[in-house]
Amino acid sequence: MIETKGPKGLTRRELLSRATAASASFVVGAGFVAGRDAAWATELTAIKPETFATLVQMARDIYPHDHVGDKYYAAAVKGYDTDDDAGTIELGINDLNAAARNAGYDSYLAMGWERDRVDILRGMENSPFFQQIRGGLVTGLYNQKEVWPLFGYEGESFTKGGYINRGFDDVDWV
Amino acid sequence: MATTFDLNDDSVVVVIGTGAGGGTLANELAQKGVKVVSLEAGGYHEPQDFIQDEWASFGQLAWLDARTTSGDWRVSRDFSGLPAWIVKSVGGSTVHWAGASLRFQEHEWKTRTVYGNVPGASLLDWPIDAAEMDPWYTKAEDKLHVTRTGDRPGLPGNNNFKVFEAGAQALGYQDVHTGRMAIKSQEGPDGTPCQQMGFCFQGCKVAAKWSPSYDEIPKALDTDNYELRTQAHVLKIEHDDSGKVTGVLYADKDGNQQLQKARVVAVAGNSIESPRLLLNSASSMFPDGLANSSGQVGRNYMRHMTASVYAVFDKPVRMWRGTTMAGIITDESRHDPSRGFVGGYEMETLSLGLPFMAAFLNPGGWGRDFTAALDGYENMAGMWLVGEDMPQETNRVSLNTDVLDQYGLPAPNVHFDDHPNDIAMREHAWQQGQAIYNAVGATRTFPTPPYPSTHNLGTNRMSENPRDGVVNKWGQTHDIPNLFVSDGSQFTTGAAENPTLTIVALAIRQADHIAREMAAQNI
Ligand SMILES: Cc1cc2nc3c(=O)[nH]c(=O)nc-3n(C[C@H](O)[C@H](O)[C@H](O)COP(=O)(O)OP(=O)(O)OC[C@H]3O[C@@H](n4cnc5c(N)ncnc54)[C@H](O)[C@@H]3O)c2cc1C
Ligand code: SF4
Repeated sequence: MIETKGPKGLTRRELLSRATAASASFVVGAGFVAGRDAAWATELTAIKPETFATLVQMARDIYPHDHVGDKYYAAAVKGYDTDDDAGTIELGINDLNAAARNAGYDSYLAMGWERDRVDILRGMENSPFFQQIRGGLVTGLYNQKEVWPLFGYEGESFTKGGYINRGFDDVDWV
Repeated sequence: MATTFDLNDDSVVVVIGTGAGGGTLANELAQKGVKVVSLEAGGYHEPQDFIQDEWASFGQLAWLDARTTSGDWRVSRDFSGLPAWIVKSVGGSTVHWAGASLRFQEHEWKTRTVYGNVPGASLLDWPIDAAEMDPWYTKAEDKLHVTRTGDRPGLPGNNNFKVFEAGAQALGYQDVHTGRMAIKSQEGPDGTPCQQMGFCFQGCKVAAKWSPSYDEIPKALDTDNYELRTQAHVLKIEHDDSGKVTGVLYADKDGNQQLQKARVVAVAGNSIESPRLLLNSASSMFPDGLANSSGQVGRNYMRHMTASVYAVFDKPVRMWRGTTMAGIITDESRHDPSRGFVGGYEMETLSLGLPFMAAFLNPGGWGRDFTAALDGYENMAGMWLVGEDMPQETNRVSLNTDVLDQYGLPAPNVHFDDHPNDIAMREHAWQQGQAIYNAVGATRTFPTPPYPSTHNLGTNRMSENPRDGVVNKWGQTHDIPNLFVSDGSQFTTGAAENPTLTIVALAIRQADHIAREMAAQNI
C-alpha cells in the first residue's frame, strides 16, 4: 500500500492506526506488560507500562528481525527498568510520542506502519536517547544466547570437542 | 623454579609486558641465563580459563583503561574510547591473535628507497634487511610452529576458506592457501593440534595456537632466572644523573607503588602504552620524555590499512566453524603502483560470531538494511583486508592531560588520519574482496569499515640515524644504552603482513644482543 505523507488531518493511515492500535504488546495492569500473543510478560518496577511497551516497539523498529519474538526485545531493554534510568526513558519516549502526534497520530504505538515509525526514529537518530537505546541493543539483543540459534549461530564448541568432527568443512556447494 | 628477586636487585633485566615481544624476549633471556623480572599489568589466564563467548571474553581480556581518539579515521567516530583492541593479560594480544604469521617481503624493509617520496608520508628504510632477518625468521617460525614453514603441513580448509578459495580461483588469483599460521597442524610432542573450535580470538582452550602465556612464560619459569609479577602496572621508568635507566616504578596488585631496580629495562607494552610510558617518564633531565631527543616518541603511529568484506549467499556457509583466519590470498600484496597506490595488501579469511558481527558489520547501522544482513548470518562468508599504511608524523600517541587513568596518569590519545594511499588501497581491496564473493554467487556483499586497531605499530620507530627515530637496529634507544624497546612500536614501516612473526623474530634477535652486550659489560 502506498500512502502519501501528508500533514495532520484524518488520513486513511490515521484511521487505520486508530482502528488497530498496532502495538505488539499491551498493558495488562499497573506495572505489568505482556505481549499480544502472551508469549512474554514482564513486571516493571520503575518504568510506566505504556512507556515500556513503546520502548519494546522502538527496539524492534531499530533492529527488526521478523523471526525474533518480542520477548527478546523486551529482555534487551528490561535493564532500563531501574530508578536511575526510568526518568531518561520516560522523557525519551515522551519525545517519541510527541513526534508521532506531530505526524498526526495518537502515539508512536498507534502508528501502524513500521516505515512511518522509522521516519520518526530517523528524525531523532542523533539524539542521545536514540543512541543510548540503539547502542544498548547491540549487546542487549544480539548477546542473548537464546537469540543465537534463531540466526543459526552455534556458540561455544569446546564442550563438544570443537568442529573438527562436526562440519567445519561441510560446505558442498562451491 | 619460582625464583623471586629483591626489589633492590639491580642486576636484573626488567621486561615490561609479556605479549608477543616482551614474553618472547623474557623467555629467550632466561634461557640464556640472564636474570629477568617480567612486570605485566594483566593477570594470568590458563587455557581452561578462556571463555568461548565474544563479549564475556572481551571483558576478561581486553585493555579497557581510559584512552581517547582524534583524527578523521572512522574508528574515532565509531569507537571513540576504544582506539585499539588489545589485551591486558599475560601473553598480551597474542591471547586474542589469530596466528597469521608472515614474513615481510624483501622490498618492505626499504620502502623509502623503493616507493620513493610519497607526499605526506614519513617513510624510512629499516636499518636491517631481509637477509639479516632470515635466520631470525626461521627461529621464530620454529618457535611458533608456523604451518607451511619448515616441514609443517598446512591446516585443513574450513567452510569460510572453501568459499574464499573458490572465489579466488574464479578470479584467477594464484597464491591461495590456508595460510602460514602459528597453530599446530599435527600431533606432536609440543601439544594438541587445532580442534577447529573457531574461537581463536578468545584464547585457544587447547593451546594449539602459540601464545607466550603458555608457550614462553612457563618455560622461563622452569629456569632459575625468572620471576613473573602479574597485575604489576608500570607507571614510570627512573634514571640517574648519568642518564642511564635504573629501575621502574609500578603499582602492584593491591595498588601499592613499588620500585624495582634494574640493570636493563625493556619496554614491550604494545604501541600505545610503550610510547605513553616513555612520555609519562619525563624528568627535568628529559623534559620531553625518555629517549625522545628526536621528538619521534609516539609519532608515526601505524595500524595497517584494514577493512573487511562479508558476503551473504543463497546457501549456508557457517563460517564460524573452525579456525578464525586460516586462509589467505597473497596476490595483491605486491608493490604495483599501477593500481593507484604504493605497497600492497593481504586478503585473509575472517569470521566473527553473531555478537561481534552485530557490533562491527556496520557500526552505528540500524533498520532493515542492517538487520537483513544479520538475517543472512548463517549464509555469510568473510574476509579481512590488511595492507601497508603510510607512516605519518602527525599520526601519533600523545598524552591527554584532561583524562587521567586509574593511577592518575594522563591517558593516551590516539590520533590518526588516513593517508590518501590508505584510502586508495582500501577502495581497491573492497572491490577485489567483493568481486571474489560475487564470482561464487554472493547475493549481497558488505564493504565493512575498520575495527579498533589490532595491529598497533611504529610509535618508537627504528632508524639508522638517531634524528629520525627512537631505537637503533637492535631496538636499543638511541639516547639511553640500557633502555630497549621490544614490541611492535619499533616498526619503521608496517609492511602488508600481519606483524607478530616479525615482532617475535626481532625479540629473539634482541635477546641475543642484550645477552652479548651484558656479557661484554657494555650495558
Ligand atoms: C583479535 C586480534 C587478532 C590478531 N590476529 C593477528 C594475526 O593473525 N597475526 C598477527 O601477526 N597479529 C595479530 N594480531 C596482533 C598481535 O596480537 C599483536 O601484533 C602483538 O600481540 C603485539 O605484540 P606486542 O608485544 O607489541 O604487544 P602485546 O602482545 O599487546 O603485549 C603488550 C603487553 O604489555 C602489557 N602492558 C602494557 N602496558 C603495561 C604497563 N604499563 N605495565 C605492565 N604491563 C603493560 C599488556 O598488558 C600486554 O600484556 C591480532 C590482534 C588481535 C587483537
Ligand atoms: S580453531 Fe584451532 S587454534 Fe583456533 S581456538 Fe580452536 S583449536 Fe585453537
